[in-house]
Amino acid sequence: MSSGEILVSEADGNGGIMAQPKNLEGYVGFANLPNQVYRKSVKRGFEFTLMVVGESGLGKSTLINSLFLTDLYSPEYPGPSHRIKKTVQVEQSKVLVKEGGVHLLLTIVDTPGFGDAVDNSNCWQPVIDYIDSKFEDYLNAESRVNRRQMPDSRVQCCLYFIAPSGHGLKPLDIEFMKRLHEKVNIIPLIAKADTMTPEECQQFKNQIMKEIQEHKIKIYEFPETEDEEEMKLVRRIKDRLPLAVVGSNTIIEVNGKRVRGRQYPWGVAEVENGEHCDFTILRNMLIRTHMQDLKDVTNNVHYENYRSRKLAAVTYNGMDNNKNKGQLTKSPLAQMEEERRDHVSKMKKMEQEMEQVFEMKVKEKLMKLRDSEAELQRRHEQMKKNLEAQHRELEERRRQHDEEKAGWEAQQRILEQQKLDASRTLEKNKKKKIF
Amino acid sequence: MQLPLLTESSRCFVLQLAATTMASTEIARQAGEGARAVPLAGHVGFDSMPDQLVNKSVNHGFCFNILCVGETGLGKSTLMDTLFNTKFEGEPTQHNQPGVTLKSNTYELQESNVRLKLTVVNTVGFGDQINKEDSYKSIVEFIDAQFEAYLQEELKIKRTLHSYHDTRIHACLYFIAPTGHSLKSLDLVTMKKLDSKVNIIPIVAKSDAISKSELAKFKIKITSELVSNGVQIYQFPTDDESVAEINSTMNSHLPFAVVGSTEEVKIGNKMVKARQYPWGTVQVENENHCDFVKLREMLIRVNMEDLREQTHTRHYELYRRCKLEEMGFKDTDPDSKPFSLQETYEAKRNEFMGELQKKEEEMRQMFVQRVKEKEAELKEAEKELHEKFDRLKKLHQDEKKKLEDKKKSLDDELNMFKQKKTAAELLYNQAQQAGGSTTLKRDKERKN
Repeated sequence: MSSGEILVSEADGNGGIMAQPKNLEGYVGFANLPNQVYRKSVKRGFEFTLMVVGESGLGKSTLINSLFLTDLYSPEYPGPSHRIKKTVQVEQSKVLVKEGGVHLLLTIVDTPGFGDAVDNSNCWQPVIDYIDSKFEDYLNAESRVNRRQMPDSRVQCCLYFIAPSGHGLKPLDIEFMKRLHEKVNIIPLIAKADTMTPEECQQFKNQIMKEIQEHKIKIYEFPETEDEEEMKLVRRIKDRLPLAVVGSNTIIEVNGKRVRGRQYPWGVAEVENGEHCDFTILRNMLIRTHMQDLKDVTNNVHYENYRSRKLAAVTYNGMDNNKNKGQLTKSPLAQMEEERRDHVSKMKKMEQEMEQVFEMKVKEKLMKLRDSEAELQRRHEQMKKNLEAQHRELEERRRQHDEEKAGWEAQQRILEQQKLDASRTLEKNKKKKIF
Repeated sequence: MQLPLLTESSRCFVLQLAATTMASTEIARQAGEGARAVPLAGHVGFDSMPDQLVNKSVNHGFCFNILCVGETGLGKSTLMDTLFNTKFEGEPTQHNQPGVTLKSNTYELQESNVRLKLTVVNTVGFGDQINKEDSYKSIVEFIDAQFEAYLQEELKIKRTLHSYHDTRIHACLYFIAPTGHSLKSLDLVTMKKLDSKVNIIPIVAKSDAISKSELAKFKIKITSELVSNGVQIYQFPTDDESVAEINSTMNSHLPFAVVGSTEEVKIGNKMVKARQYPWGTVQVENENHCDFVKLREMLIRVNMEDLREQTHTRHYELYRRCKLEEMGFKDTDPDSKPFSLQETYEAKRNEFMGELQKKEEEMRQMFVQRVKEKEAELKEAEKELHEKFDRLKKLHQDEKKKLEDKKKSLDDELNMFKQKKTAAELLYNQAQQAGGSTTLKRDKERKN
């Protein structure tokens, strides 16, 4: 670690980055971050789930034992081949192994019965179901409100054993890989490679790779690195795919060395000899260099695929899928929030409209009412005027009549007076006559 | 203090420790039942796993976010410059800010082969207002906003957590003014609001203003005030054997008394970061002068990763849990059976749709009700109007009748008068015809 060179790049306002290497005497210390990560990861420990799939008798258990240099499958814990199954089972064995201070919880998932029946249709289904159920477990654990340390039992690698027929992939192989390549990292292996000569083996490999490409099967791809050394290594591995392996539980002495191998009358096929088989490459790749990457690809690619498919199905139940493609970038909760907001504004609009209609109708009615009130009022006024006119007329007549009457009565009184005077005179005269 | 600096040796140290101690790893504890320990017959090679992990993270780059909370003028920017050995942006702020705002800046730093995306967030205007009651609010809102952004990303259907730029605050350096007496109430209130949301590391700023003895008393006072007020500051972790000892020692030196400076002064034949006074020179990296080196060691060199982990597993989980519970999510239904995510979402969605529909119905009903009421009102009004006019009509009719009666009586009078008149005229005529006898007769008649 050099003592002084600290590179500082500042983000300028336009989103670009300007690198200004400054040569300061001084040390900050975050170069120690990797060590902190190291320390924490050792303290936490590691876990890995490996699945082996293949017909019985292809040497799967032996290979596992050879890979991990242990008796995972032993007389007390028999491997899949020793257990006769009628249908495909999926079983797991968990072991804890320690090496150099690093703890690894290894889960080996077996599929006894795979490909052993006469009719093997859908024999991959239990495998798919198992992988999906592990994804589902993880998804549920991740989605809980109270999350604890989430145990990761997702299948991170699937070793697929191809029988060494020397010809090509069987239909079952192709079917299986096509159905699982988007759920798990598939590493195809040629089992019992010691039954083929190197030329036969190479031919077989070429044939297999050709068929894999033809059927667009996506086997596990090694990540690109910037490191030249690593790239060379990766290219070497890629050239030898699929890896042809031999497994053995027995140790034989060859040239004074104790090696794992298979003893034949014509010689010993050494497991760890690179010229005999690709076992070492497999072990190095699987355990020593790419174990972490296998886990990362499972987490970032396969699991995310599963998750987004699962959640999209849930939230857009029965709705038009085309409409929703653009909405997949939102979380379902944000989706609901948005829908709620939309609904609120829709309701507001509806409310406004209804309010308007209501007001209008009320206004109409009120106007009508006012009109009829005015009309009635007017008529009433008119009638009143009419009555008043009649009243006045009557008054006038009465007055006239009164006048007339008064006049006539006055006249009568005068007449009466005259009569009275006349009669009095007559009386006087009468009285005078009598005497 | 000398910590193992070289990568190789420190890692060996860690592995040796792990191999020899009896303490089991978390995985081993988890494995417990269901996993059996098997011995290995040779070197398999998975002891490279930590290296694989480390290589990946180095390639990916690291990210760290620091929040500096403290009053204006306490030397926050200077300290950041000093800690990271570079000049970050910005001019010093004035004291006239109307409220507390948070300014964040992101920098790409590189030391050796390690790339760090560092975000420094500064509180601008903290402690400058007359009424400081709401000062902590914008800080809490900012921290919550970062949690919310992460939560939203985590909940998306198509998400890219792997390449997500994590903006959650990993460490909060709380700058305490070097009064020498005790914490200000603003400090206590703010720290109390922040302690469940972020890792708080309290530091005494500009500590070259306090003498050693005052400083010791000040530290004790601060620590006791924090304890008595229940403020949970960040404790350096002591569960990992390789760093337990140094961490626990450092825990007892909290709060760190720091001095920051980007100026260099020549001491002996070296240029060191220092502040020069007439009476002497305060050397930033001299452990006798201040705790700067301790802060740097603890914050950056030893516990940076732990700070990030605590933020993610404790503070973020707490926020997430509260947020989800607020929205009504539960882990188990009333019968204590665990909910699957699918069920939860579906149930939520149905509930939600139901709610919306109910609201719509309610509104419609409300309108129907209003219409009914208004109709009734209007009908009432109409009825009243009719009644009014019925009354008027009746009145009018009464008037008319009265008028008719009057007319009739007048007519009767007229008739009577006419009769009288004609009768009188008749008599008069008769009287005129009958002469005197007529007059007598008339008298007689009159008498009668």
